[in-house]
Amino acid sequence: MTSLPTHTNKKLGLVIDLDICVGCHACAVNCKEWNASGHSAPLTDIDPYGAEPEGVWFNRIHAFEVVDEETGSSRTVHFPKSCLHCDDAPCVTVCPTGASYKREEDGIVLVNADTCIGCKLCSWACPYGAREFDEDEGVMKKCTLCVDRIYNPNLSEDARVPACVSSCPAGARHFGDFGDPDSDVSRLVEARGGFALMPEQGCNPVNRYLPPRPRQDGVADGDAVAPRMLDTSISETTDKAGILARWIDRALSR
Amino acid sequence: MTINPFETAREDVDCTPDVADEVKTTTCYMCACRCGIRVYLRDGTVRYIDGNPNHPVNKGVICGKGSAGIMTQYSPARLTKPLKRIGPRGSGEFAEIEWDEALALATEWLGNVRRTDPKRLAFFTGRDQSQSLTGWWAGQFGTPNFAAHGGFCSVNMAAGGLYSIGGSFWEFGEPDWEHTKYFMLFGVAEDHDSNPIKTGLGKLKTRSGTKVVSVNPVQTGYSAIADEWVGIRPGTDGLFILSLIRELLLADAVDLDYLVRYTNAPWLVIDDPEAPDHGLFARGEDGEPLAYDRTGNTLVSAMRADIQPMLVGEHALPDGRVGVPVFQRLVEHCLDEAYAPEAVAAQTGIEADAIRRIAAELADVAFSQSVTINQKWTDWAGREHDTMVGRPVSFHAMRGISAHSNGFHTCRALHLLQIILGSVDVPGGWRYKAPFPKPIPPGPKPAGKTVAPETGIGGMPLGFVKTPDDLIVNDDGTPIRIDKGYSWEYPISAHGLMHVVLHNAWAGDPYPIDVLFMYMANMAWNSAMNVPDTLKYLTDKAEDGSYKIPKVIYSDAYYSETVPYADLVLPDTTYLERWDCISLLDRPISSAHGPADAIRQPVVAPDRDVRAFQDVLIDLGGRLGLPGFVNDDGAAKFPGGYPDYIVNHERSPGIGPLAGWRGDGDRHGTGPANPKQLDSYVENGCFWQDAFPDEALYFKHANRAYLDYAQRMGWMPKADPIVFQIYSEDLQRFRLAAQGHGERQPPDALRERIRTYFDPLPIWYVPFEEAEVETETYPLHALTQRPMHMYHSWGSQNAWLRQITNTNHLYVHADLARDLGLKDDDWVWVESHHGRVKAPIRTMTGVNRHTVWTWNAIGKRRGAWGLDEDAPEAKTGFLLNHVISDLLPERGGGYRYANADPVTGQAAWYDLRVRLQKCARSEIGETDPRPEAVQTRRTNEVQPDVLRFGQKIHDRRTGAPALPHKEWIAHRNETAETVDGIAPGHGNAALEGQADGAEGTGGT
Repeated sequence: MTSLPTHTNKKLGLVIDLDICVGCHACAVNCKEWNASGHSAPLTDIDPYGAEPEGVWFNRIHAFEVVDEETGSSRTVHFPKSCLHCDDAPCVTVCPTGASYKREEDGIVLVNADTCIGCKLCSWACPYGAREFDEDEGVMKKCTLCVDRIYNPNLSEDARVPACVSSCPAGARHFGDFGDPDSDVSRLVEARGGFALMPEQGCNPVNRYLPPRPRQDGVADGDAVAPRMLDTSISETTDKAGILARWIDRALSR
Repeated sequence: MTINPFETAREDVDCTPDVADEVKTTTCYMCACRCGIRVYLRDGTVRYIDGNPNHPVNKGVICGKGSAGIMTQYSPARLTKPLKRIGPRGSGEFAEIEWDEALALATEWLGNVRRTDPKRLAFFTGRDQSQSLTGWWAGQFGTPNFAAHGGFCSVNMAAGGLYSIGGSFWEFGEPDWEHTKYFMLFGVAEDHDSNPIKTGLGKLKTRSGTKVVSVNPVQTGYSAIADEWVGIRPGTDGLFILSLIRELLLADAVDLDYLVRYTNAPWLVIDDPEAPDHGLFARGEDGEPLAYDRTGNTLVSAMRADIQPMLVGEHALPDGRVGVPVFQRLVEHCLDEAYAPEAVAAQTGIEADAIRRIAAELADVAFSQSVTINQKWTDWAGREHDTMVGRPVSFHAMRGISAHSNGFHTCRALHLLQIILGSVDVPGGWRYKAPFPKPIPPGPKPAGKTVAPETGIGGMPLGFVKTPDDLIVNDDGTPIRIDKGYSWEYPISAHGLMHVVLHNAWAGDPYPIDVLFMYMANMAWNSAMNVPDTLKYLTDKAEDGSYKIPKVIYSDAYYSETVPYADLVLPDTTYLERWDCISLLDRPISSAHGPADAIRQPVVAPDRDVRAFQDVLIDLGGRLGLPGFVNDDGAAKFPGGYPDYIVNHERSPGIGPLAGWRGDGDRHGTGPANPKQLDSYVENGCFWQDAFPDEALYFKHANRAYLDYAQRMGWMPKADPIVFQIYSEDLQRFRLAAQGHGERQPPDALRERIRTYFDPLPIWYVPFEEAEVETETYPLHALTQRPMHMYHSWGSQNAWLRQITNTNHLYVHADLARDLGLKDDDWVWVESHHGRVKAPIRTMTGVNRHTVWTWNAIGKRRGAWGLDEDAPEAKTGFLLNHVISDLLPERGGGYRYANADPVTGQAAWYDLRVRLQKCARSEIGETDPRPEAVQTRRTNEVQPDVLRFGQKIHDRRTGAPALPHKEWIAHRNETAETVDGIAPGHGNAALEGQADGAEGTGGT
């Protein structure tokens, strides 16, 4: 068993906006690319050109349909998922060697590859399935929240955020400190009704998801204002000449 | 205190490593988007690629393909040396040869053609980003037989727009993302301009009071985040759009002021049905079109600024005949009951009420929520305006509505809808990207009417026809081009018809060729319609045992399915190993805010015996003595290859491939060649951009400041306003010819076709395949799209991307599946009038009930792309291409037209009709057709079972102190407008102290 810190100075994490994620996989691949040579290098790929290619990814995008049984209408959801850096991370407390730990300074959950024995208890304990076992190296790997980027003066300022955040073409990802109620991400989550994933698991995840905004589809309740319908009754009351006649006296300047 | 035995194991995490020896900028080529990238290098190896935050296209973001560039750079499918075929075509048996031999052989083959009959060279390039070079090379060689892949991509969109507004949707324009409020996406559009569109959608949805509507048979990708998804039946978009137009006209919800100022709505059309000029514009003695002015009660030049032209009425012309304004013609045309919402509901699958509501929403946003920018501007006539007022409705569309045989008119209809709402190049509307708008249609005309030995054709093979005189046909009306482009069959084929070249070359129709020269086009697989027959075209032999297509030269960087069919293979470099230019003469990367162009620079050196294709083409040009490629003394004009050409070539005086840093580095747009130009590009991040003055940002078609700027830059010969052509006289001229008028008339067999489809106003008709097959026998539509993480990316050799998708299913609506007794992972035969292919299925709900679809180009041929033979791509991955015919069924007389739009020749991929047949248990598990394997060819002898990329790249500890973290808020400006306490800015660069009550960038 490994202890969680009683307090973390910061709670760094991600906000993922499900309203605008189009499921393009940019975040996942840029994450793979950065981390393949980063803190947890390599992110091994088994059978890369063969029948069952399968590698280590810290971030994966799940796509599924949610069908409204009543109306038969459906919504396609793209759901990116990586480690949520939980406050009460069971992957830490379950670790028999202390390899899986949560940093006091920023709350990031990491795995120390030197002391990981590859027992996989942490991946069993994580209700989010956010751990990745490197079969080749025999150690567990996971999202580091790009701990080798976010504080790094050797990178330009725009790159000092997790790779998944700066790469996202749709702008569906944000990064910040959830420990500070006045931080940008805290304000954003508050304003948009951001939610924690599966709170019933009791892990107190740090990352938040923003729900899709009410759809203005002309049918759902979300439609604030119904449009004033066009008056096309002229087609029932007159012929072609009558329709055209409306425009005879219109003075229009070039 | 208890002792925890594990506390001491605390990891020493290096938060401040040095990660690269150097970071070089260049331009991505993992798709057609052409984003700016930064390439981080360690010991000569690519460690990381991210987006260049200063680049005008992507502004720092990068997609999944761009991020996977490393795996393409180190792909096992890279070609390593020139190859000469030694086995039968298609076997993949080659001998490696030296470049001297390869170039000598190519020069011999091409030289023979040029000395005898240059049109016996068919030179077709694929996703070529150097068409201003390759097309020019073809012209200098003397063959009209050149095109890139536009004919099977989206030429309907390009032509539909260019013949209507002098610009088009697709990547040539963009919504005014900062101001638009109602955005409609039509059809598959995830590809070109993909990062800017994703960013724009995010911005738009982050602002309040906006709406996104997606009109698409499939609810994936961008459709998934739309406020409203309209699951239209494929091929009926034109009907839906014309119904919207009809509603707006009936309700008088059109921007009449805009129509009078910027369109040909008031121009008078001659109404004299039997006359040779019926349907042309009435013109004054000076040739200017006429309008009827209500103030003077007289006919006047429609180009005058001081008139109040009538939009309706029948007006006497000086010769006693009658002229009717275009607007009246439009109203009469669109009021047809056939376009009433009730009439189109069944065909489109959209309820009449929904059509009415969407029309009302468009009108509401356009006319009740206009956007005003406080910016003075001066119009084309010199009149000053205090503000810029716009209608915040915008559209975007690309291949989805293009790739139908009714696509040209559908695309034209969509541009027309944007026009009548008064929202072309206005605040909140759809905006041109530089160098558009262009005159309608743009110049120049296609060259190639005369072909002679040792002679160029006097221009570029591709261009824009305006009258039947411009067609590239023989005196008897028969086609001159191998693809029958610019013939009476496909008169406005502005991008050529690459999809019929192999068939026609094989059939010798209209003539046999000698050399087929292709670049970067996978024509033996996923770029071919009808793959099985296409492979036959490539391998079929004449009675004397020679191949019917005698010689095939192919250049590609990777071992694609097409390589085994070449006689001579010229191996290209990867995009990170080369010079390139993204030119304003070609497909620009500009935005609505100003022009931009870019270069690629080599960031790593090739480790193989390969050469950049453009270097090779220029080398061949010199060896062949092509004009423009040699000096007067016969010596090569560009001994430094492509970079030499990029800097020193001038298309016309002062205008070269790159617009930035000309002259002494102080001139932009035009100016003498600057030997240090590429250095300036590299210093600036490998791109150049300019910002339009604020007064030139909107109304570009009629904006004095913009028009003068465009002329100064050499984009337009004259700074005249661009008048939108609601009614196309260009189309009417072809119709008149079909009706028996003029010197040049179509062959009798084509008269009815031309008369029908050259309607000067947008029309809708049933797509050809649907009209010609028994729809009860083939009740379903079948579509394809590329996944976003693979669009335009080359092949499945990418070890990371193929982990996301390495096989495909046919997606079937759950109700349909139930009716057919199908469930997930069942296998079906997908049968068309042309053939059948076997596929596994998945059910879903977000798809049109009458439509099945799959991811395209996932299926690969065994042996290709460096993959193992048991790769899922080659076992269960299937290509719908197998059942898409390249030709339509026989018509009267046995003639078979291309499966294409009759106006432009655009390949009608999305017209496909199919039925599903459940497979027997014994048939499941493998796709079919599944051609035999080609011989495997890999970059390295040993294929890794385990890829440990990154293991040998070492970030270095610097011991530098960690900086404090900074928060990142995407769309900071838009978020700042809606969330209290968040400061505007960009990402993690917040403008401090502006968090509360901060002004957004809207400026409205």
